[in-house]
Amino acid sequence: MSAQFTQYLLTGLTVGAIYALVALGFSIIFNASNVINFAQGEFVMIGGMATVSLIAVGLPYLLAIPLAVAAAALVGLALEKFAVEPARGASVVTLIIITIGASIFLRGLATIIWDKRFHALKPFTGDAPITIAGATILPQSLWVLGVTLAVVLALSWFFGRTLLGKAMLATSHNRLAAQLAGINVRMVLFLSFGLSAALGAVAGILIAPITTTSYDVGVMLGLKGFAAAMLGGMGSGVGAVVGGIALGITETMSAGYLSSAYKDAIAFVIILAVLFFMPSGLFGKRGGERV
Amino acid sequence: MKPMQSRNNFKRGLAAVAATFALIAGAAVAQEPIKIGSFLSVTGGAAFLGDPEQKTLELYVGKINAAGGVLGRKLQLVAYDSAGDAEKARTFTKRLIEQDKVDVIVGGSTTGETMAVIPLVEAAQIPFISLAGAVVIIEPVKKWVFKMPHTDRMACEKIFIDMQSRKFSKVALISGPGGFDKSMRGQCLDVAKKYGIDVIADETYGAGDTDMTAQLTKIKNTAGVQAVLNAGFGQGPAIVTKNYRQIGVTVPLYQSHGVASKDFIKLAGAAAEGVRLPAAALLVADSLPQSDPQRAVVVGYTKEYESHFKSEVSTFGGHAYDGLMIAVEAIKKAGSTDKAKVRDAIEGIRGFMGTAGVFNMSPTDHMGLDLSAFRMLEVKGGNWTLVK
Repeated sequence: MSAQFTQYLLTGLTVGAIYALVALGFSIIFNASNVINFAQGEFVMIGGMATVSLIAVGLPYLLAIPLAVAAAALVGLALEKFAVEPARGASVVTLIIITIGASIFLRGLATIIWDKRFHALKPFTGDAPITIAGATILPQSLWVLGVTLAVVLALSWFFGRTLLGKAMLATSHNRLAAQLAGINVRMVLFLSFGLSAALGAVAGILIAPITTTSYDVGVMLGLKGFAAAMLGGMGSGVGAVVGGIALGITETMSAGYLSSAYKDAIAFVIILAVLFFMPSGLFGKRGGERV
Repeated sequence: MKPMQSRNNFKRGLAAVAATFALIAGAAVAQEPIKIGSFLSVTGGAAFLGDPEQKTLELYVGKINAAGGVLGRKLQLVAYDSAGDAEKARTFTKRLIEQDKVDVIVGGSTTGETMAVIPLVEAAQIPFISLAGAVVIIEPVKKWVFKMPHTDRMACEKIFIDMQSRKFSKVALISGPGGFDKSMRGQCLDVAKKYGIDVIADETYGAGDTDMTAQLTKIKNTAGVQAVLNAGFGQGPAIVTKNYRQIGVTVPLYQSHGVASKDFIKLAGAAAEGVRLPAAALLVADSLPQSDPQRAVVVGYTKEYESHFKSEVSTFGGHAYDGLMIAVEAIKKAGSTDKAKVRDAIEGIRGFMGTAGVFNMSPTDHMGLDLSAFRMLEVKGGNWTLVK
């Protein structure tokens, strides 16, 4: 019984950590622009697929991973430069639709650059399961948890201690005031796309050895990450992490103890219930609509 | 006055154009191509089906034409990408029938797309050879509809027979979210009793799920499970297989013919060792004995495909090969492209050796394969081996 519970918990944590990374990407762009970037899942895909092809040409992980993350970040920056920025001043809904278009475009591009098949990455450090209190966890899951933790710490340092991070936070609180204080809000928006693309790519690389990757892997992960971000409160860093972990654990617990057929439904019902009582999510900003 | 005149001019112009067309048509009638229509999921979620199917059709239409065509006429392939979308499949089928005026349709990568176009082909009375899996396509028999792949029910039966021979009677089922997975789950539950199999656990996972350890832990803790059967295709079964080894389930694992390609072994890696699944002989072409009557066909197709596309064959491309060859065979037998005659000729196909097995069509069986078409395979040393 308790071994079973530990197994569900470990699984939930791993899955949740990935949702959290994707959710963080959503939050960063939302903060800078109020836009929900539906191409976030595609960054996850680009990270995984780029690593697969770089490994295939013989690069070691230590080189392939930074290159893949950089490639995704470049795609994120290009997306902002060539799709979002030209529509500057358009309504938020228009911008969201642009990101949906971009996600379809990126998926199509991936089928041409790469292919339509599933690819597996080798685990970073072996695949012998580690036993903890009767439950098992893969070394790769430890990587997922460890890197997610490191990323969260790095982000909190970035937003709390660096000028650029503070500028991004200031923009999210009040764009006009930030601009008046001399912050280049266009640069902030530009960088936020690069940063969240890099985050997505990290998630995509971490999970590829566990789940395999393909050109459309971003669709479901993007959706789950979006749900996690909503649950935690869109725009909140703490919320994204808590939302992701909560969603992951809810899913595995309901699959384990209730019914695997309805595990997604149960998770989404809980999210709806939370949003009903706390419309801005667990850690979202209270108050009126921002304009 | 003016408009009148211009209308006359227009009429005269039309007549000239019509005359030109008539001339061209008259010259072309002699070697007007035989049109093979197709709609396949070349992109989208079922692209791993449609992509090898399309490549196979193009490759073999080219080969047949290079060898002089059929009945002295060239073949012309008219193929559309329906992207796994039933609505698109309908639109393209309408276009194939009404605009392209094809002689026969070979296509439909998924069951959903196939079922959506059946009313159209039945109404238009055009022979249709489907490349999709589920048994509903040919049961009940539809006059103009045939299909190439083995059904999911046959896969269940083949697996259950293997389980019987290993004296397993208590089995756990885990299946995915797709139409194929659900249909196979239903068929397996249906025929289990017939083979004395008790399904004592029945778990599912969702689309894009990244981890199935929760469901497998539940199965592991169900008392008495002797074997586990995973009905599904795509990445799901690969993750199931990995998780299965991770949490240390020791009873044998069976997969379906839905993962019958080398990709599965690549994705699941070492975890795939010992997994059994039913599949067409195509996957083990090289290890078939010389005496096997199917050897020539599957080795031939494998060589042709792999040398041309530099990627490994899958059974899905094989179904397209079978479909095209049966259509061609039927047109030859009928001696024309008359749709009713071609349909009758397809129904009359007996002992036709394809990549999926021996086809024996009949008025009551529009697939024509029996259980012998499936071989039980086991993954050993990172490759498929025949279970003796």
